[in-house]
Amino acid sequence: MSEHDVLNPKHMPHNPEKATLEGKNKFIGFWFFLGGESVLFASLFGTYLALNDSTNGGKSSEELFGLELVFIMTMLLLTSSLTSVYAMYHMKNNDFKKMMVWLGITVALGLGFLCFELYEFNHYIHEYEFTMRSSAFGSAFYTLVGFHGGHVVFGLLWFISLMVRNAKRGLNLYNAPKFYIASLYWHFIDVVWVFIFTVVYLMGVL
Amino acid sequence: MSTLVATNKKSFGATLWDYLTTVDHKKIAIMYLIAGGFFFLVGGLEALAIRWQLVQPMNDFVSAGFYNELITMHGTTMIFLAAMPLIFAFMNAVVPLQIGARDVAFPFLNSLGFWLFLFGGIMLNVGWFTGGAADAGWTAYAPLSTTSPGEGVDYYVLGLQISGAGTLMGGINFLVTIVNMRAPGMTYMRMPLFTWTAFVASALILFAFPALTVGLFLMMFDRLFGAGFFEANMGGNAVIWQHLFWIFGHPEVYILALPAFGVFSEIISTFSKKRLFGYTAMVFATVLIGFLGFMVWAHHMFTVGMGPAANSIFAVATMAIAVPTGIKIFNWLFTLWGGSIEINTPMLWALGFIPTFTLGGMTGVMVAAASADYQFHDTYFVVAHFHYVIVGGVVFALLAGLHYWWPKMFGTILDDKLGKITFWFFFIGFHLTFFIQHFLGLMGMPRRYWTYLENQGLDLGNLVSTIGAFLMGVGTIFLLINIVKTTMKNERVGGDPWDARTLEWAIPSPPPFYNFKQLPLVRGLDPLWVEKTEGRKGMTPAEPIGDIHMPNNSFLPFVISVGLFIAGFGFIYQKHDLSWLTLIFIGMGIALGAMLTRSVKDDIGYHIHKEDLQKEAEE
Ligand code: HEM
Ligand SMILES: [Cu+2]
Repeated sequence: MSEHDVLNPKHMPHNPEKATLEGKNKFIGFWFFLGGESVLFASLFGTYLALNDSTNGGKSSEELFGLELVFIMTMLLLTSSLTSVYAMYHMKNNDFKKMMVWLGITVALGLGFLCFELYEFNHYIHEYEFTMRSSAFGSAFYTLVGFHGGHVVFGLLWFISLMVRNAKRGLNLYNAPKFYIASLYWHFIDVVWVFIFTVVYLMGVL
Repeated sequence: MSTLVATNKKSFGATLWDYLTTVDHKKIAIMYLIAGGFFFLVGGLEALAIRWQLVQPMNDFVSAGFYNELITMHGTTMIFLAAMPLIFAFMNAVVPLQIGARDVAFPFLNSLGFWLFLFGGIMLNVGWFTGGAADAGWTAYAPLSTTSPGEGVDYYVLGLQISGAGTLMGGINFLVTIVNMRAPGMTYMRMPLFTWTAFVASALILFAFPALTVGLFLMMFDRLFGAGFFEANMGGNAVIWQHLFWIFGHPEVYILALPAFGVFSEIISTFSKKRLFGYTAMVFATVLIGFLGFMVWAHHMFTVGMGPAANSIFAVATMAIAVPTGIKIFNWLFTLWGGSIEINTPMLWALGFIPTFTLGGMTGVMVAAASADYQFHDTYFVVAHFHYVIVGGVVFALLAGLHYWWPKMFGTILDDKLGKITFWFFFIGFHLTFFIQHFLGLMGMPRRYWTYLENQGLDLGNLVSTIGAFLMGVGTIFLLINIVKTTMKNERVGGDPWDARTLEWAIPSPPPFYNFKQLPLVRGLDPLWVEKTEGRKGMTPAEPIGDIHMPNNSFLPFVISVGLFIAGFGFIYQKHDLSWLTLIFIGMGIALGAMLTRSVKDDIGYHIHKEDLQKEAEE
């Protein structure tokens, strides 16, 4: 496929993200990458589970966590995963505008999640003086949840820079795989959050 | 856009720029070879210094503290900066060619992986010059590592983090390359064994390195930001480090050993003039070893106090690995059996490997017996065991592969006589050094001790061991002489100097930058041999001559790595003085800026045109 066909396809194939060899490589490579990410988070979860009672006399999870806030956060993030599915749906129908709209909504929801998370951390630090240095539990909590938060930040930056960069160009076979794997990444972040919700917060207050 | 016309002698600056920006897997292979080779020499000098300290009882060649730095940096350097990169050198040089690919899946990432490794490696060694290198052992057990003063362990943590990221990229790259880029007809069960082992090793990298990443992060938070993961008086638990480290560390052994098996499979089959005996079983054993490699990490922790149940499970799981490994040994022997064997340097290494590695495997089963390990643990018995495996397996394979693939990589051939001299010095030196250490260990000489008393039965053994180490050093010098001599003579060899069997030998040496002018049609295992037995000279093409797509060079991987390197210093020194935080911002700014540049600039590559290829063919 020549350069011209990639950037200005005469007609869009049904799965534009996998239409070129580069796209296919990105697609499979990213799934592999997510395999590695899973080990990363599994290790962090293991560490957290080993240390979640090691409060060193400080605040424990029962005293800290409230489910209302976390519930809202969960809803925001789950919804954002759904909206990114819509975006990909429109990508496959070669409807660039609608894809961008749904991606915009996804980003907004993600930003909402992030604001709540910052509020939560700030709250713990200032109300309870609960920090990474308070106890091994504190270290484990901030590292696991913060690592996830870092992934959210990265995912948002990724979406935003893709959207800005391609705003005027529309969809082509070069950027379709990029949009596609960004949304894969976003789903992954969402799945990890479901685990965090269960393991950290639900198990933490029960 | 493309010019195939070979430019005469490029200027030094142009060549340098070419290497700094290259995304060609064959050039990246050469860079891995040079950098890995350099670190191998550094690690070797450290080993000699250790052995010199132990040459006689109560020696004072180095101080106790410096000794700790030596063993730590020797182990770390050898594993992460020598053995791994040298394996990557061969994977880069050979795997795409063996599967008939024009390129790897992610050329940009490939070059980024290399530069990250190199700058991570430099970072690790900076500690030597700023008041002391890491000194907590290559395993960096907490709390020894978390309380180690100075910056040595910080350099260890950040250096490994940076180079580890590069390794992970390399692993993913090879996985995708092998899944997606095989030539027509190259089914999985026709892939050469080296490619298979590279594939499984890459999968191990993918699942093992993130555990190390996490461990290093936790260590970094503890040491640099006051977290308490491993700090007992904050409720932390040092055993977590051990688990994370060995969840990575044990598979790491197979990340090194499996490709080594792959190298020997190629060499033994080529120089026995037979297809590999039990190819299917070999593939199966490779996958099985890879899988079991993940189940056994806690055999490094028998004495930690996990309890008899856990110890037994991990002991049995460990011993199970002996089965597929044994299958491999027998298949190599059956390949040799009745073959028309040619004994040259690569083959000598292969023949030396089989008994040596078998011995290492046997002591492996011994240390895997949990109850017996209480006796062996942290004695020289263990040092002897793992050097039999790691040197007898991996380093032998690297040296074998170096002689075997040198013609493909450089177009010249290493001198066989000098190669044999290297082999004999190294082989005899190796066994002198390490065989006797089994007995030193059984007599109670502990590992990582700086010195020992007179008249405890340890004097002679240590003397012999040191003599052996220096013989290996002599062997290495002959290797260097060989390399210099071969390069000076610059006698060109053809594409297939060994009368070999696999695809990489079907094209010129060194290969053109686009590898295959036409993708080959693979019609069986050992595809080149298939064609030869049918009387053809080369491969049957699978396609007409057409345009070839190539990736553009890029300077960004280098810039990204430099950025992270700079940021590393910021992370380390902010613990003394917060103004160092600026370095973090500068470094991360450079790295992220380069990444952003990468993502907003379209990089679709270019095409070599059909006409140019045809013109070149006529010349
Ligand atoms: C070829 C010559 C080599 C010699 C003479 C040598 C010698 C030694 C010695 C004397 C020690 C210290 C034992 C102790 O007191 O604890 C040691 C440790 C070690 N070596 Fe080697 N070695 C060689 C090659 C290698 C290679 C090729 C590797 C890996 C690829 C390797 C990996 C290690 C490791 C991981 C340790 C443990 C370091 C630690 O305790 O932190 N060595 N070696
Ligand atoms: Cu192990």
